[in-house]
This record gives sequence, structure tokens and C-alpha cells, in this order.
Amino acid sequence: MTLQVSLRHRFDGFDLDVAFEAPPGVTVLFGPSGSGKSTVINAVAGLLRPDTGRIVADDWVLLDTDAGRVLPPHKRRLGYVFQEGRLFPHLSVRQNLLFGRWFAPRDARGESLDRVVELLGLGHLLDRRPGALSGGEKQRVAIGRALLAAPRLILADEPLAALDETRKAEILPYFERLRDEVAVPILYVSHASAEVARLATTVVALRAGKVAAVGPPGQVLGDVAAVGARGASSILTARVVAHHADGLTQLAAGEMPLWLPRIEAAPGKMVRVRIAAQDVILASEVPRGLSALNILSGTIAEIRRGQGPGVMVTLNIGAQRLSARITRRSAEAMGLSEGQTCHAVLKSVAVAPEDVGTGTGM
Amino acid sequence: MWGDWTSWLGPEEWQAVRLSLRVSFWATLISLPPGIFIAYALARWSFPGKQVLNGIVHLPLILPPVVTGYLLLLAFGRRGPVGEWLEQWFGIVLSFRWTGAALAAAIMAFPLMVRAIRLAIEAVDPKLEAAASTLGASPAWVFSTITLPLILPGIIAGWILAFAKAMGEFGATITFVSNIPGQTQTIPSAIYALLQVPGGEDRAGRLVIVAVVIAMAALLLSELAARRVARRVAGR
Repeated sequence: MTLQVSLRHRFDGFDLDVAFEAPPGVTVLFGPSGSGKSTVINAVAGLLRPDTGRIVADDWVLLDTDAGRVLPPHKRRLGYVFQEGRLFPHLSVRQNLLFGRWFAPRDARGESLDRVVELLGLGHLLDRRPGALSGGEKQRVAIGRALLAAPRLILADEPLAALDETRKAEILPYFERLRDEVAVPILYVSHASAEVARLATTVVALRAGKVAAVGPPGQVLGDVAAVGARGASSILTARVVAHHADGLTQLAAGEMPLWLPRIEAAPGKMVRVRIAAQDVILASEVPRGLSALNILSGTIAEIRRGQGPGVMVTLNIGAQRLSARITRRSAEAMGLSEGQTCHAVLKSVAVAPEDVGTGTGM
Repeated sequence: MWGDWTSWLGPEEWQAVRLSLRVSFWATLISLPPGIFIAYALARWSFPGKQVLNGIVHLPLILPPVVTGYLLLLAFGRRGPVGEWLEQWFGIVLSFRWTGAALAAAIMAFPLMVRAIRLAIEAVDPKLEAAASTLGASPAWVFSTITLPLILPGIIAGWILAFAKAMGEFGATITFVSNIPGQTQTIPSAIYALLQVPGGEDRAGRLVIVAVVIAMAALLLSELAARRVARRVAGR
């Protein structure tokens, strides 16, 4: 399913004017707070009525203010996972899960309760009340509840933002499974690059109510104009080769070996690794005597200068791209130019577990 | 002695107790649906005249009861505009009947009922209702599966409070429907009547005990119910 969204909405002191297309898979609306992400997702849900706009899922019109068509939320066939869970406190977990199923059309093809319970690991929680659940458990139930409504589209508004790091790490894999094992498209709001890198098939970067960039995550996250110089990063797809006794995991990014702190994925699995551009060091010759384990060789594809003291150097490494943010002074001293061979140095420990996602979602 | 416990109250007093229970039961039962509706409107909607509606609902709480009773008499008496219409079309006569006592009690107890239910509705997070609507529930289903169950203890609390208030209603009742034994003589009117008769203090005293016991029980029950609202909304 392809979702087409175009919206204009004016608040006090804020103009939202966005248009984008979300192909099947996970589309992440990415941007800092106040960029209009939540407004967009709430307009898609029907919880907010924009001044003007048109929202179409394939040929099904959810909103068309010009034609005077505004579908109320309960007729949109969505599953919305909210930041705060919003479980119904007077119902058991089982009743919460089955709430949407009740209202779904009889012929709707949805997941079965058994499968969702298995997918999200909810078996031991079914008879509890939401008040007795941890934050992570609540969010898992909220995901299951959305899924069981047999939705045509799943919406998620920063579903991890209210959780601590441990809980985030607990929930993210479930969204990855949703992406890879359930055929429902997902519109996901986030301000965290790690979530974008792990989940997105398409990223819509929003800044101050406008679309700054649309594209695959590797491209958008490397776009300084869309995400800012500090947020810029690359995504490498790599295959797990082996886990070693010293706590490291050996991967292969194309031909290049890559060593990272232990990853929870079996050998042979493909993973996505987000590498922040500011964590990458460049060398014009193969360096020796370094503590850093990863040296990835490639050719310079692009050097981009901005206003500040930094430049963004993007390397072709096999079929993949890796960006490094270095100072203009270094780039000039090293005499870097496009087409030149160059070596990227990366400390293994610079990659945090949250930057590594299983599955490629492609 | 226990075999004869019913004689602790005389037949006229029993009649007053039974009548009070009947009047209060019907008064609060009939006013419950409009009470929930108005509480919901005041808690959740914004509309022109909201403050006026709020004022009208609360008026019986601050107006002298005699005034309320007199206004009822003007409107619902046999020659009042509403009373005449009711009699002509439905054959319903309210003045000097127990049904009139029920109307007076309902109006006097209404603000208490609306206040309790409104507080319960305001404790329910509208975000829960929005979540239910995204899952496919129409507004009517959202109300009956989410809002109503969450406010049920509040409705019970409001109902009990209104019931106790109706049991004690005196001023508006006696003005509107007088004090006719067996017809309109409720517990408070009976106590009042007994106190006018020399030697009636004993019998009045027993009715006073009945009134105190009913009021205390109602207060405790409504407190318990209000606590359940808080627990339910917290999801434990």
C-alpha cells in the first residue's frame, strides 16, 4: 500500500506544509520536536483536522478537504501505537488486545491472537490489568492491540520515547519483526537516528513544518541539510560472520571485515549498522599501529563543504557508502579530492548496540 | 420483643418511610440519564450557553427551597403551563401527588448528581477515548465501552448522594405538593407534622434516627464508590 499525504495547517506561530509519499514498509517521519511530525500522524489518524489536505491510501481517500470528505477516525481502519501506550485501564490485557478486533469488518484479514501473543511475547500477561505492567510490557500490548485491529496501516508516534534505554532495546526488535514478518505498512514518528537506521525503509525528514528530504535511510541520514551536521550518519549493511570469545562480533560489509562489540544475531544474518559521521577518521594511507580495529578502504565519492569548519566526505566502500565528518583544515592538509583512494578508521566501541538492527527491511 | 419490631414505628411513620423510599428511588432513577448527559456535556463539550446551563443545573442548590417549590407549583400545577399540558395529553397530574414529590426531589437532588458524575468524567483521559476511536469504535461505542465503565463508580456515587438528598428534601416538596399523609408526607414532612402535635416528640425522634442512619449509610457508600473511580482509572 502506498500512502499519499499532503497537508497544510496553521497553528499559532507555526506553519505546516508537507507533501510526501510513503511506499510499503516502514516510513519514518524524522525530525526534532516541533517539526510537525505528530501533527502529520494525527492528521492521518483523523484525530486532528488540518486546514487543507488530502490523504489517500492506494485509492482509498481518508481525507480530501477540497472534496469535503473527512473520514472519522473509527472508519479509517488504523492501528495507532501511542507514546504513552494508552491501554484501557478497566480491561485486562486480553480484552485490550481484542478491542479493535470487535470493530474490524468480519472479512478483514488480520493476525490471530495466538500469533500476536507469540510475536510479542505476551502469553504470561493476558489476564493482568494494565496497571500491573512495566512500561515496556505496556508498549508491547499497545503494539499487539494495534495489530489485532486488522489495520490497513499502523501508526506509531514515538512509541519508545517514554522508555529508558533498556526498555527501548527490548521493544525495537518487535518493530523489526513487524516490518519483516507482517505485511502491514507502518508510519513511524521518531526523533532518534538510531530508530531511523534500524527500522526505516523510507525516511521523511521534517524541519520546521516542511519536508527537508525523502528517501532511503542511508541517503537521508547522510544529508546534512536534512538532519544537521551533528546528526549525519551512514548505514552499512553487513553479514554476521562469527562471534569471538573476546566479546567481539566479526561482520562482513561487502568484502570489508568489520569488528563490533557483540551483536545479538546469529552468524549468517544481515544487520544494519548506523555509523555517525563524526565518529569516522580518514587516512590517506593505510595506518599502522592503531588501536582502532576497523579500517575500511574505498574511494572518495563526494566532498561537501558547508558554512562551518567541517566538510562531509563520502566514500564508496564496495557497493556501500560511508560518510566522515572532518575539518576543512584536515581535508586541505591531506589534499583530498574526489576519486582518490582513502581509508576510513572506526573504533569498534563507537557503535552502540542501539545502532545495530537485525533484518534489512528491504 | 423482636417479633414485634415493626411496631417500633407506627403505621403512619412506616407509611412515611415507604413513601420516602419510593419517591427518592423514582426521582433519582428518572433523573439519571439526563444527569449523565448533562454531566458529559458540561465536562467535554464547549457550546454557547454552557455557563447558563451550568447555572440552571446548580440553581436549586442555592435558591431557597421554598422558591423552587413555588416555581414548580407555578409551572407544574394543574393550571400551570406544563401541568395543564401534561394533564391534557398524558393524564398526568403532579400537584399534591407522590409523583410531584418525586419531581421536587429530583430537581433538588439533580445538582449533586451532576457534580459527582462530572468529576468522574473529568478524571477520564480523553486520550483513551481517542485511542478507542482509532481502533474502530464509533462515538457511541467509545462511550459505552470506555467512558461509561470508567465512570460507573462515579455514577453510583452520584446516584447515592442524590438519593440521600431526595430522602431529606422538605422545603420544595411541602410547597409544591403539601403534606398529605399517604400521598405526599415523606419522612421530613412527617417529622415536621409530628413536632406540631403535643407529645409527638417520641415518634418524631424515631423518624429522626431513621433519617440519620439512611444519610450516614448513603455517605459511606458514595465515598466507597468514589474511591473505586480512582482505582479503576489507575488500572489496578
